[in-house]
Amino acid sequence: MIEFRNVTKRFPDGTLAVEDFSLVIPSRKTTVFVGSSGSGKTTLLRMVNRMVDPTSGTIEIDGEDTAALNPVALRRRIGYVMQNSGLLPHLTVIDNAATVPVLNGVPKNEARADALRMLDTVGLDRSLAERYPSQLSGGQQQRVGVARGLAADPNILLMDEPFGAVDPIVRAELQVELLRLQRELGKTVVFVTHDIDEAFLLGDQVVIFEQGGRVAQIGSPTEILSDPATDFVAHFIGAERGKRALSIRSTDRGEILVDSEGRAAGLLVDSVVGAQYDAGPKSRSVSNKTSQAGDA
Amino acid sequence: MAWVWSNLEQIWGLVLSHIALSVPPIIVGFVLSIPLGYWASRSRLARSVLLSIGGVLYTIPSLALLVVVPVILGTAILAPSNVVFALSIYAVAIMVRSSADAFSSVSDDVRESATAVGYSTWQRFFAVEFPLAGPVLLAGIRVVSVSTVSLVTVGSVIGISSLGNLFTDGINRNIPAEIIVGIVCVLLIAAIFDLILAGVGRLLLPWNRSAASLTRAAERASTLVTQ
Ligand SMILES: Nc1ncnc2c1ncn2[C@@H]1O[C@H](COP(=O)(O)OP(=O)(O)OP(=O)(O)O)[C@@H](O)[C@H]1O
Ligand SMILES: [Mg+2]
Repeated sequence: MIEFRNVTKRFPDGTLAVEDFSLVIPSRKTTVFVGSSGSGKTTLLRMVNRMVDPTSGTIEIDGEDTAALNPVALRRRIGYVMQNSGLLPHLTVIDNAATVPVLNGVPKNEARADALRMLDTVGLDRSLAERYPSQLSGGQQQRVGVARGLAADPNILLMDEPFGAVDPIVRAELQVELLRLQRELGKTVVFVTHDIDEAFLLGDQVVIFEQGGRVAQIGSPTEILSDPATDFVAHFIGAERGKRALSIRSTDRGEILVDSEGRAAGLLVDSVVGAQYDAGPKSRSVSNKTSQAGDA
Repeated sequence: MAWVWSNLEQIWGLVLSHIALSVPPIIVGFVLSIPLGYWASRSRLARSVLLSIGGVLYTIPSLALLVVVPVILGTAILAPSNVVFALSIYAVAIMVRSSADAFSSVSDDVRESATAVGYSTWQRFFAVEFPLAGPVLLAGIRVVSVSTVSLVTVGSVIGISSLGNLFTDGINRNIPAEIIVGIVCVLLIAAIFDLILAGVGRLLLPWNRSAASLTRAAERASTLVTQ
């Protein structure tokens, strides 16, 4: 569990990035920070592993105040995945993946062997192990980034727009992969994105930020979708339009769902389908065509 | 040519002294420029101050420096260490700029990512920033190497033996072959040093080689596409 208590961050240049932010991030669940640019998401994420220290307030991990912990040791037990993968260009894929265990003092051969298995876990072919990051596609680099984040088997995984720079098809693949990994590994994931669809797909808990770092709403995707707290949230999640504003239309052959434009969006079925999306409150009785991209 | 055969031993001796005078300044220039260049890459003020000093030092005429150095160091006017010291100053002066550029070439993303996964400041420097600065450092030290090898000859004017002796002696005694041999030997030493440095670079920076060949491959591919 990660707990933010009345956290404020003012940068030396005077920018107030986060103001009086409090939040409990439950263990073994995915919490997604979503919101517009400059709303303080990255700043909050970096306060968890002390890349940024709060101006006031405290951050606790399992009841322990992080301010009392050695930052370098703390970072080695928290996975971090960033946009553009942040891989070290002078290390091969396998050495990138093995970075954190090696820093932790695991013998290099052992760390490499573990890292090879980690490449399997993130769905990366072992034949890529000896390549350098510049010889990989963007999607492959992100997988290596995830492998590196998981290699030391951390309880917490911080992900800052990890899929922001890959094309939509690869992104959908990576999202499905992350859902699978999360089902297998059960990490405490904090995931930052601009994309509300991604937030609803991945998040058990979603935090929507407004401009200026204020929290507009915290809740499960179901809660937010069914009861947007403000007009801002309603607008942000697109509740009133497109594929979120579905209605039932009867046809000769049964009932279908249409979006706000009247385009067919899915079928209304009796039982819950797509068991792989059954993470808690997200069980759906709608087979929505947009989420099928993930079945690939 | 007859001159060459009858003086082979003397030429070889001068080649060795020349190398002995060239190597230390190259090493000193490299080593000293690392902390200075790193500092310059981290602070704008440090950068402008250090690069200005470097620029000024580099404009001091080499002969003047060779005459002044013994006075400053209190060494004998003919001590080889004078040449080493003076050329080290030039080497640092040139190399600081390369080194500053080299460390600036390491992207903030990579630096932050190294911090995020748990490199301490020193580990990050030695295991990430220094190797990634390598290609630009290498380019800089190759320039320093060539320039040092050629500047060593100036020492001969004040009597410190190097291949430059062949120039002064060849002019005094009007032996063109001697001058030509001097020039050829200096060029050879410079070329061999450069080959060694390039080889060391290939060995130590394998990722750079693959990145470069990848870029070339991409360029080839894109020219194929546009054709
Ligand atoms: N090191 C810094 N110094 C000064 N201001 C900063 C610094 N880092 C971030 N900021 C400012 O703090 C605010 C929040 O930045 P942050 O990077 O946390 O936003 P974000 O929500 O991650 O944005 P994005 O979605 O664009 O990544 C912004 O106004 C930003 O300019
Ligand atoms: Mg950000």
